[in-house]
Amino acid sequence: MERIAFALFAAVALGGGLVALFHRSIVHSAFALMATFLGVSGLFVLLGADFLAVVQLLIYVGGILVLILFGLMLTRPDPAERKVRRVAFVLTAVAVPAALLVGKIAAAGRWAAEEGKLPEPQPAARELGLLFLLKDAYLIPFELAAFLLTVALVGAVYLARQTPPPPPPEEPR
Amino acid sequence: MSLGAYLAVAAALFVLGLAMMIARRNLIYILMGIELILNAANLNFVAFSRHAANAGTEVALRGQVFALIVILLAVAEAAVALAIVLHVFRLFDSIRPEDPDLLRE
Repeated sequence: MERIAFALFAAVALGGGLVALFHRSIVHSAFALMATFLGVSGLFVLLGADFLAVVQLLIYVGGILVLILFGLMLTRPDPAERKVRRVAFVLTAVAVPAALLVGKIAAAGRWAAEEGKLPEPQPAARELGLLFLLKDAYLIPFELAAFLLTVALVGAVYLARQTPPPPPPEEPR
Repeated sequence: MSLGAYLAVAAALFVLGLAMMIARRNLIYILMGIELILNAANLNFVAFSRHAANAGTEVALRGQVFALIVILLAVAEAAVALAIVLHVFRLFDSIRPEDPDLLRE
C-alpha cells in the first residue's frame, strides 16, 4: 500500500516537473508545477510530516503559484521563447542535469544501501508547535523569520508599486 | 519505503529545477526552477527527519523545523523576486534574463 502511494505521489511530482520543463506555454508550465507541489505534499504525508504537508499545500499552491500566475498576467512572455531553443543548447541543458542526476542517485543509493525500512513516524504537529514556542528551542529563529517575512513583503510592495520611468541613462547633466 | 527512494525523488526534482533554470529563457521560469529546487531540499530535510525518528522528539523534528524555515524563505524570495521581475519588465519591456544590461555600458 505504501509502495503504491509512494509511486503515485512520486510520479505526480516528477511528471508535473517534466511537463513544466518541456511545455511551450508558460501558463501550462505553472499549472504543471501545481501537480509537482501536490505530489511533494503527498510525499510529506507519507513521511509522517502532516503539518508540513498542509503548509506546503497552503503556501505553495495557494500562495506562490498564485503569485507566479499574477506575475505572468502582468508581464508579456517573449514570443521567441515559445519556439524550441537551439538543439545544442537544449542538449546541454538536459545532459548536464542528467549526469548530475545519475551521480546523485548513485550516491544516495550507496549511502542508504544498508538502511532497511524507515522507522515509524512520531506524531509531530503538536511537538513542532511546542518547539517553535519554547525559549530554549526555536523561538528566536521563529521570531526572526516572522520579522524577515514582514520586511520582505513590505519591500516587495515598495518595489512593485507604479513608478514613473527613470530618465534615459545617457542624458547629459 | 527506504530512505534512498525519497532521496532519489528529491534528486530528480532538483535536477528538473536546475534544467528549468538553464534551458528556459524567461525570468519567471527561473523563479519556478528555484521553487522546484527548494522543494527538493525540503523533501530531503523531511526524509532525514523521518530517518532520525527514533532519536528523540527534538532531534527527530529538527528536519521539519528547518523545512518550515525554508518554506518561509521561499515565500519571501518569491515575493521580492516577482516584484523585481515586474520592475524589470517595466524598465526594459522584456523579461528575458539577458536584456537588463545597464551595468555593461
